[in-house]
This record gives sequence, structure tokens and C-alpha cells, in this order.
Amino acid sequence: MQDEPTPIELTRVVAEFLRNDIAPLISGHQAFKLRVAVNILDLVTRQLTQEEGSDAKEVERLRALLGVDGSVVDLNRVLAERIATGEVDLATPGLADHLWATTMDKLAVDQPNYASYKRELSRGG
Amino acid sequence: MIEAELSRSVARWCKGATGVTGAAKLSGGASQETWRFDILHPDGPIGAILRRSPKGYGAAPTRAAGLAAEAQLMQLAYEAGVPSPRVMHVLTPDEDLGTGFIMQRVEGETIARKILRDDEFAAARPRLARQIGGVLAGLHRLPQDKLPELRSRSATQEISEFERDYRSLNWPKPVFELALRWLRDHDPGPSTEVTLVHGDFRNGNLIIGADGVRAVLDWELAHLGDPMEDLGWVCVNSWRFGEIDKPVGGFGSRDELFAGYEAAGRRVDPSRVKFWEVMGTLRWGIMCGGMMQRFREGPDHSMERAMIGRRASETEIDLLRLLAPRGG
Repeated sequence: MQDEPTPIELTRVVAEFLRNDIAPLISGHQAFKLRVAVNILDLVTRQLTQEEGSDAKEVERLRALLGVDGSVVDLNRVLAERIATGEVDLATPGLADHLWATTMDKLAVDQPNYASYKRELSRGG
Repeated sequence: MIEAELSRSVARWCKGATGVTGAAKLSGGASQETWRFDILHPDGPIGAILRRSPKGYGAAPTRAAGLAAEAQLMQLAYEAGVPSPRVMHVLTPDEDLGTGFIMQRVEGETIARKILRDDEFAAARPRLARQIGGVLAGLHRLPQDKLPELRSRSATQEISEFERDYRSLNWPKPVFELALRWLRDHDPGPSTEVTLVHGDFRNGNLIIGADGVRAVLDWELAHLGDPMEDLGWVCVNSWRFGEIDKPVGGFGSRDELFAGYEAAGRRVDPSRVKFWEVMGTLRWGIMCGGMMQRFREGPDHSMERAMIGRRASETEIDLLRLLAPRGG
């Protein structure tokens, strides 16, 4: 077992430092790049916080939908293949709900300010 | 320094020019660059833009029309009254500037967020969707016998091409698979009419002023095909920059776009437009995947590219909103 603080605590404290102490000191293209860097750290922090839970739920849904077991990567591959062959489509019970739930979890990490995501979230997640 | 070569160039084709000043690179990767500069002239400075591939980068990527074709298209558009910069000069090999062309600089804004928010554009915004319809109608009517040689693509070929691009990423995404299936099932077949298609007509490639659209830029993806492609692409959610209830670039409604197009004497096929909007959304998603791949494998190992890779999920939610909308 690794020592503490945790990766989440570490990425968060670095992002805070860059945002609060460094950003006010620089301008121009470097300031733009710094904003990108801070955005990356924020994204990584969100992923570290949320990934474990959302992956577990995704695997559970995929197992029910596909009737097979495997890692989240393997199961996504199987689902992609079945959609490609037409074996599974939007008429398949559970597919639309699964894709919506998975996509909402992705946006929560990638881009929680994306307008489409905020609109769908306001509909009740 | 590029100013020396530019000075020698302008002296040859711009009567009275005494040199150039203020050359600054605006954007560009390894194969294509955009520079701004001013031509010094006794009547006052002339704002100009250079678009070029530096020497040794002559080969265009497969989808690009090439800079010579771009210059020709912009000039045709200008002559036909489609808002476009005037092309002043096409580079020749002995000028030592690479391949490309020089055009007149059009003042205005291209940054979508400013156009959608700043007061300066408040009066123009409500008119833009309709105006864009008129601009596209003019563009689709450019005389075909004067067009440079361009690739021609049907919807069916485009689906296959995007599918191949997507599979080469080896990046299984169930939502993209669903979109590919939908596109195959809804392929509208060959267009009854084939016209010039701009190929990248969207918020960000338009110079906008307080008076509206002043110029259409970036013709590098121009090709022959279904004119409804341009109407669909301009509606892709990725170019609305948060104004998701205004499908046309965040400016206005599809009805306004269609009205502007039809007022200029052309017909709209809304179901084809929808097909191309879905295609365009997937296209941008696959392009985000391409950015991720280039970030990983080089040559562009930048943070910006890495983060664009993570924007593919934005197109996934937009595809779901188009193909499997939730009630309410």
C-alpha cells in the first residue's frame, strides 16, 4: 500500500497552487497554456474521484446487457461489436439507458460545464 | 526573416508598394501557416494575409483541396458576391515563400465566444442565421465550370471513410458504433444535385463584424457533393459554444437558416440536413480521437491536443441527444 496523501489530494493541491499563486503572475500564450494545464489537473482529480464507482456500475450494466463477463474495456469492445453487427440496437431493452448513464458519467469527468450535459443533468441525471 | 521575401514579392505585383511591415504568424502547424502583414504604400498601408505551405511541405493531406484550389475558390466567391477576402497574388516558386497565396485582410472577429457574447455583435446576432443561409446559397451556386479540380464524395463514401478512420483508432466506442449504424440505415443516397461544398462552414471560420458576415475562410476541405452537408455541419452542437438552443452556430434557428437559403432561390431538404448534422457530430468526435492519437504518437505532444482528445465524449452526448433523446 502506498503512503498518503492520496493522488487526489496531491493533484488538487498542485492545481490550487497553479491557479491561485502562479496564474496571476503570467500572461499571453503561457497563461493560456497554464489554464489548459490546470484544466488537466482538475480533470484528473475528477477522474480519480469518480472512476472507480462509475466503472463498477458500467460493468454491472454491461454484464446484464451482454450476458458475459470481463473488464470494462473488454465489455465495451463486445458491446461495440454487437452494435456493429446489428445484434444489439436501440430497440434492445436497456441499451439506451446504459449508453445514457455511461455517457453522463464520462461528461461528469471530462467536461461538467458542457451545455448539453448540464441540460441533461437538469432533467434528472 | 519572412519580411524580406514578402517585400520582394509585393514589389513585383502591387503597384507602388515600397515594402512590408508587421509580419506576424497567426496560426499554423508544420504544413500550413497563416501570417498577417501590412504592405507599405504611398496611399496608406494595405492589410494582407499570407497563407502558405513552407518549402518542403508541398504535399497536401488527402482530404485537403490544396492552397492553389483554395485561392481559386476564394477568388470565385469574391467575384460572385459571396463574402470572401480578395485574393491579391498566388505565390510563384522563384519568390522563395513556399506555395500559397496572399489575400486582402478583412477586419472583424472569428472567435465564436466573442461573437456570441460581446455587445459589439448584439445587433448582428439575430440576423446571422438567415444571412448564413443566403451566403451558403450563393456558395452552392458558384459556377461549376470554373471550379478547380476537387474530390467528389457521396454520403455513402463519407460514411465508409469515417468508419475506416474510426476503426484505425482502435478505440471501441458504443455510441460511435450506434451513430455509424444510424448513418448506414439513414443514408439518403446520391444527392439529386451535386454542387461545390465548402466542407468546414461553421462558427470560427467566419469573419463577423457589427454588420454581419464579412468573409468565409478556410476553404481547404472544399469538395463536390451534397449541398445539404454545409447546412448540417453549421448546425453541429460543437459550434454552438453553449448556446445549444440556437442550432445555427449559436446564432439562430434552423428555420431562419432555411428561410435565408430558400429566399435566395434554393431548396432545403431538412431530412438530409439532419443526416449531415449527425454525420458532422460523429466526424468531429472521430477528429478528437485523431488528436488523441497524434498526441500519443507525435509529432504534436501538446497539452492542448491531449485535452481535445478528451472532448470526444461531448460528441457522444450530442449524438445521444440526436439519436436517442430522453423524454421531457
